[in-house]
Amino acid sequence: MKLRNKSVLKRILKQLKHYKLWLALTVFFAILTVAGTLTVPVLFGQIINLLDFTKVDIIDFKKIFRLFIIIGATVGLTCVTQWLMNIINNHITYNVVKDVRREAFENLQRLPLKYIDSHSYGDIISRNIADVDAYADGLLMGFTQLFTGILTIAGTMIIMLVLNWVVALIILILTPLSLFVAKFIASRTYHLFKATSEIRGEQTAFIDEMIGNLKVVKAFNHESENLDRFDKINSRLTKASLKSIFYSSLTNPCTRFVNSVVYAAVALSGGLMLVFNVSLPIVFNVGILTSLLSYANQYTKPFNEISGVVTELQNAFACAGRIYELIDEQPQKPDSQDSIELKSVNGNVELKNVDFSYTADSKLIEDLNISAKAGQRIAIVGYTGCGKTTIINLLMRFYEPDSGTIAVDGKNILNVTRASLRRNYGMVLQDTWLKSGTIRENISFGNTNATEAEIVAAAKAAHAHNFIMQLPAGYDTEIVEDGGNLSQGQKQLLCIARIMLCLPPMLILDEATSSIDTRTEIKIQQAFASLMNGRTSFIVAHRLSTIKNADLILVMDKGKIIEQGTHKQLLAIKGFYSKLYNSQFAV
Amino acid sequence: MRKLLKYLKRYKLQSILAPLFKLLEAGFELFVPLVVSGIIDNGINGGEGGRYIVNMCLVLVALGVVGLISAISAQYFAAKAAVGFSKELRHDLFDKMQSLSYADIDRIGTPKMITRMTSDVNQIQSGVNLVLRLFMRSPFIVFGAMIMAFALDAISGVVFAVTIAVLFIVVFAIILSSIPLYKRVQGKLDDVTAATRETLTGVRVLRAFCKEEEEISKYNKRNASLTKSQIVVGRISALMNPLTYAIINVAIIALLYVGAIKIDSGNLSQGNVVALYNYMSQILVELIKLANLIITVTKSFACAGRVNEILETPIVKTSISDNSATGGHFIEFSNVCVNYGDAEIDALSDISFTAERGQTIGVIGGTGSGKTTLVNMLPHFYDASSGSVSIDGKNVNLIDDGALRAKCGIVPQRAVLFKGTIRDNMLWGKNDASDEEIYSAISSAQAEDIIKSKADGLDEAVEQGGKNFSGGQRQRLTIARAIVKKPEILILDDSASALDYATDANLRKSLKELDYCPTVFIVSQRTSSIKHADKIIVLDGGKMVGIGTHDELLKTCPIYNEIHFSQYEKESV
Repeated sequence: MKLRNKSVLKRILKQLKHYKLWLALTVFFAILTVAGTLTVPVLFGQIINLLDFTKVDIIDFKKIFRLFIIIGATVGLTCVTQWLMNIINNHITYNVVKDVRREAFENLQRLPLKYIDSHSYGDIISRNIADVDAYADGLLMGFTQLFTGILTIAGTMIIMLVLNWVVALIILILTPLSLFVAKFIASRTYHLFKATSEIRGEQTAFIDEMIGNLKVVKAFNHESENLDRFDKINSRLTKASLKSIFYSSLTNPCTRFVNSVVYAAVALSGGLMLVFNVSLPIVFNVGILTSLLSYANQYTKPFNEISGVVTELQNAFACAGRIYELIDEQPQKPDSQDSIELKSVNGNVELKNVDFSYTADSKLIEDLNISAKAGQRIAIVGYTGCGKTTIINLLMRFYEPDSGTIAVDGKNILNVTRASLRRNYGMVLQDTWLKSGTIRENISFGNTNATEAEIVAAAKAAHAHNFIMQLPAGYDTEIVEDGGNLSQGQKQLLCIARIMLCLPPMLILDEATSSIDTRTEIKIQQAFASLMNGRTSFIVAHRLSTIKNADLILVMDKGKIIEQGTHKQLLAIKGFYSKLYNSQFAV
Repeated sequence: MRKLLKYLKRYKLQSILAPLFKLLEAGFELFVPLVVSGIIDNGINGGEGGRYIVNMCLVLVALGVVGLISAISAQYFAAKAAVGFSKELRHDLFDKMQSLSYADIDRIGTPKMITRMTSDVNQIQSGVNLVLRLFMRSPFIVFGAMIMAFALDAISGVVFAVTIAVLFIVVFAIILSSIPLYKRVQGKLDDVTAATRETLTGVRVLRAFCKEEEEISKYNKRNASLTKSQIVVGRISALMNPLTYAIINVAIIALLYVGAIKIDSGNLSQGNVVALYNYMSQILVELIKLANLIITVTKSFACAGRVNEILETPIVKTSISDNSATGGHFIEFSNVCVNYGDAEIDALSDISFTAERGQTIGVIGGTGSGKTTLVNMLPHFYDASSGSVSIDGKNVNLIDDGALRAKCGIVPQRAVLFKGTIRDNMLWGKNDASDEEIYSAISSAQAEDIIKSKADGLDEAVEQGGKNFSGGQRQRLTIARAIVKKPEILILDDSASALDYATDANLRKSLKELDYCPTVFIVSQRTSSIKHADKIIVLDGGKMVGIGTHDELLKTCPIYNEIHFSQYEKESV
């Protein structure tokens, strides 16, 4: 979903709605600040007039001191209001940024897995970090410079109109020229910034992938190839950035040029008016022309600033668009009001005529039927890629079947709250994942109220206690993100300990023991056996010893169940399973 | 930052031209008041008439055009230099990251490295860009004004000097006190990045444990803490403009006071005072620009410091502790000990064995027994703390890492595929591999059915991390990737764990049939995978507790015996 420029603006305004009061305050202080800054030169002008010996005989120090006091007070007040305005702008900007990041993160928790599986993590991260930062910069500039700029223009305009409305009108007529130039450049640069931002996302994704798997990169001597590929993206990024930076930086000189044309026009019109003595119903002299010229200069300066802000805003817009794409991405359908809370589950699981595919053009699972009675151990075997992992995705409702039903205790899982369904499963996946934090926090992940004794007991039951005690800080050892400092086997032991502590009525074990040495595995299996007692368990494993004791073995091939029964029954029919079983003794 | 300046070297010309053109533009701006005074003095008051005024106004426009051209040139050169600078910086940074040791990578962490590469480099880039545009122009105007003031009146010049000094002190005090705070903001931003990353990598587990709400509340805490430190920094930066404004106006008051006295005593004219007043006003505009420039540069400095930290991470090259000649074996470990950093227990201790070309070596042992460390010694991923590893009679420390790793085909525990196509991934093994070579490797790795099941065959797209393939498929493809390389040494680090027995058995059979006869190291948990190996090394707690063939070990090694019979019930053998 791509957001258009206008809808991005709408989206940003909607975001700012909560800060209405603060916005009103910042506008109020901006008015005071601008009024102050415009008044002070007038007061100084009065002092300078008092110094004109052609007009006065004696310098009136008393009057000058009085003016000094007034100026001091005005300057002091202006400082305070400007400071308050800055503080409020900070407050609004950083809080909006906080809101945006929070909304993005909240939506990430609710997006269907399909979205997350099909987007590069680097790109999502770059949206939530770099894009939001650029958005913040744009907002802050917008607040601090846009408001005051516009107000300064308005204030100066009024003063000029009072001084000489003819010249003021000339300036007014020429003003749109400056705005037009700024707008023209801004509309061109928006696309350039967007393109830059996209290439940057691509580069981040590449960095994420290659730096994240540096070990493999080094094993294959692939550093130089990577560097070449990186350089290619880098060159494209450089070209795009050069364009966007250069074109956007044209705004200032171009508007400045327009302003100097305006300046010349004032000099011309004013000068000619004086030379040819055009009769006007107002006082006009060289002094006023000088003031007009200096005001014209002052008046055009905020235009420069504003157009600078406009280009910055273009960049911010492009980034805001990308982050709102993420925030407004359709989340998974929330649990409906009448969803049932699964309580005291027996563990009867029934899959009926389930069809499923990840992409519309290639079918994976067709007409799948599984019936697991409470407490049964269901082993799923078959060649890799036959759809075993997909069954887990369906059971956990990470993905929903295209047709057919999956029911737990006779209740269609689509009519059950996701949380209560998932809470009733204990899952150990092939890709072990641990959160950053201590070992203790990881084990008590599913049961944060567990006591120290319970945690140690779970670790012992999972045979993780011994290696944990060997770590530098025992249970308080910090694990880096994704358990990088532990071996694959150790990570799996911790994943098992994590389940040991919450004991849900149904279990899903996906090749969970594949990286654990068999001596440890024996012990784990004993622990699992007691864990599985009375619990419906789905086991995807390749160890025949693991599945020999299963109540039901499902042999899968190409998304279908081709044989099912107990170990003995399946051996007796001498089919696919028996071939698989006997191959373990082959060379 | 100074250390990063070398990246501007290639853009020396642009880096000089950009500020020069900027200076030129400022110079043209200074002409404008002269022209205007001409209009007033000669045109209006001097009676040169309308024609003169028209001409002078054309001069004003011409000055504008020249100014525009210089400004555009300046912007172009500045952008060119800044973008080129960051391109080379990113290049070197990426290069450096690729050369970091595993220990360094773990210490720094992926999210931090990504921030360095992206937002930090961007920040430095905009810093460079701004500096090139403004660092000549602003001081030119500020100090130019001061010199003009001295020329008009010494005491007023002193007022200027004091004002500029006070302004600089205030500006720098604000900036210096905000540097550490900006660092803190960046650190908190890293935390937020890490949280975002973690919620993506752990999405299945988090949802399985219904941790969505908890994740959100944890994230919100980090996010709020980031916001808080941002606001604290903002509060200090917010002082900048009001304070400088106040100082300038106090200075103008002082100037007018001095001026009034001087005029009173007849030492100064009104016009002089007006000129001084104008110069002082000009200072403020340029000083604000300068201050903003300094803020951006400060941020860039903080970023540059962090980037430099990575660029300056020392690459540890070990001294060769042992250079003894070896007895003509292809691979020889003699008394190898390995210790990661300052761990109390050696990861490997006193390992000695030999292997010949074409042999299959099995490595078995419990979790944490040192199997992976042992095979990682061959491509010199780790250094031996004592003892030596030699290949073809040469200590691995003496062999160039690139050349050594070219000999080794490695299938790591974690099966990682890269974004691209299947073919792209296979070419990691050998850049110029023909389709035939790839197909033959794929068939050796028992992965033919994967290719057949995909509509695009070898050109099937692989998503980042190989997310669109199952664990078993990824394992077989990573094995194929290593075989394409035709390595002299093939290392399978527990890389058949997700394969079923039949596939595993076929894989081993086809490895035996490879025509270039590599020495194969198979690390495994299952005795079935290694029982036909020429030599099996049994590890326990980093020590070698047995070596020999399957049959020998069954008799002599109780641990091997135990492992074996835990997998096969005695009666079925």
